[in-house]
Amino acid sequence: MDEHIQSVVTVFSERFGTGVYEFRGEVSLILTSDRIVAACQSLRDEFDFELLTEETAVDYWPEQTPRFHLVYRLRSLKHNTIIGLRMPVDGNDPTIPSLIGLYANANWFERELWDMFGIHFEGHPDLRRVVMPEDWVGHPLRKDYPLGYEEVQYTFNFDEIDARKPYAKE
Amino acid sequence: MMSSDEWNISPASMDEVKHLVSERALAGETVLLNMGPQHPSTHGVLRLLLELDGEQVVNCIPDVGFLHTGIEKNMESKTYIKAEVMTDRLDYLNNTGNNLTYCMAIEKLCELDVPPRAQVIRVILAELQRIASHLIWLATHALDVAAQSVFLYCFREREAILDILELVSGQRMMTTYIRPGGLWRDVPVEFEEVVRNFLKTFPARVDEYDALLTKNPLFMSRLKGIGMLPPEVALNYGVTGPMLRASGSDHDLRKVQPYSGYEQYEFEVPTSTECDSYARYLVRMEEMRQSVRIAEQALNKLPTGPVRSDNRKYVPPPRSELGTSMEALIHHFKLWTEGFTPPKGSVYASTESPRGELSVYLESDGGPKPYRVHWRTPSFTNLQILPILSKGHLVADMVVLIGTTDIVLGDVDR
Repeated sequence: MDEHIQSVVTVFSERFGTGVYEFRGEVSLILTSDRIVAACQSLRDEFDFELLTEETAVDYWPEQTPRFHLVYRLRSLKHNTIIGLRMPVDGNDPTIPSLIGLYANANWFERELWDMFGIHFEGHPDLRRVVMPEDWVGHPLRKDYPLGYEEVQYTFNFDEIDARKPYAKE
Repeated sequence: MMSSDEWNISPASMDEVKHLVSERALAGETVLLNMGPQHPSTHGVLRLLLELDGEQVVNCIPDVGFLHTGIEKNMESKTYIKAEVMTDRLDYLNNTGNNLTYCMAIEKLCELDVPPRAQVIRVILAELQRIASHLIWLATHALDVAAQSVFLYCFREREAILDILELVSGQRMMTTYIRPGGLWRDVPVEFEEVVRNFLKTFPARVDEYDALLTKNPLFMSRLKGIGMLPPEVALNYGVTGPMLRASGSDHDLRKVQPYSGYEQYEFEVPTSTECDSYARYLVRMEEMRQSVRIAEQALNKLPTGPVRSDNRKYVPPPRSELGTSMEALIHHFKLWTEGFTPPKGSVYASTESPRGELSVYLESDGGPKPYRVHWRTPSFTNLQILPILSKGHLVADMVVLIGTTDIVLGDVDR
């Protein structure tokens, strides 16, 4: 483990009680959602992680609770290191604080997470869908969202299926 | 002639964006204007909602998603090998780069070794692809500021690169040539000569574009001082690639975190501290020259040997073995039907794409299909800077700013 990362891991386990996950030389810290802003603030200001490279989520439905893991990745240009953060988030009306005050590019990452996973970000000024149409129903990257294919309509259930089909109606 | 009402956006979409425009727009003092998604200078299907005070841009609200194809969701339903064809379609000007990133993630996940010959060919193709991508950027950027002949010249050179890609893979754009553990197959014998010829002629061609544009007063006046991006803003917005390097940083993943053997090649990372569109133009022009340097060095040291890992649990055996080896036949069958099953875990692999940091987050649950794939694409992040760049500029400068951010909408929407 790189010295800089090692110092982050030591400080963070003391201050935030974070767990560490290491796989193939990549280090991720595991923390709870109420600590995320404080943790990122400290990573940015004390440990020079200037870039928020990635903010995404993984859905573990139905095998695991809490359902979601949010994955952040921060890069330090000064020390040439990269660190991951993992944050379990409950699937029931998930709401977590926004990082937009620290990293401006969290804006679209969080919009994408809202769009694709239905995760709500507190303090986000513009939480609209980013790639799906604004009237879309559902959050496509959730594991309980089917990949596609059209439902077959028969005479007995035609109207019932037609009512929830996502095409433009008059 | 359309009336001014028709130019304005409909009340329904106004509701949706009213927290993003100024109060003067709500009072009707400024005009809201749609630019795109079918406007040719938006380089694809980007829609910009512009709030204008006369000719000045007050606010710019990018609207993306017109090219959303659900690649991340689709990849979850395919085996690792079969999902690779979708990576070509992300950033359609950096196809081999996307393949490379994806394969690097799988190689990290499965701890696969790549033979040296494959590494060198990967570098050559990645650099040729970088040149091709920058040529498209230069062509369209120059066209947007009304330098039409540059457009045709650039496409002539790009054609030569696409011919090389066709030579090695049979496809001009969607190559899927780089595979987990190496390459699809070895390059044909004429590869070396064709690439060498291209590398010999190309630097003179870049000089030609240089002569056409760099000191051209019209071109300079359109680019200089337009779209100032101070370094601290660039970092706060997570901007990477040539845009960050034109703002004074020398961050280049090929240097700071070398992959595929980039540490063996001598090259410089062009930077500038001017922070404007003209600086970004100079940086990208110099990058093309450096790419030629890297490709030349790689070609000179091209080793002989296999181009695919012989780890049969992950990499299909060569076709020639199938007729004689029972085991090869079994592996072939297993790998192309069920696919391989990497260990459980998640990896993050990144490369320097022509636009910035291209990374993939790949999570495996131990099954034959990726559990989660997330593409961290440079265009998606870089495009967010557009509202900052455009503040206070004229509408005519918007096309320069779109050109200088060098976005690919396939990369933004995924």
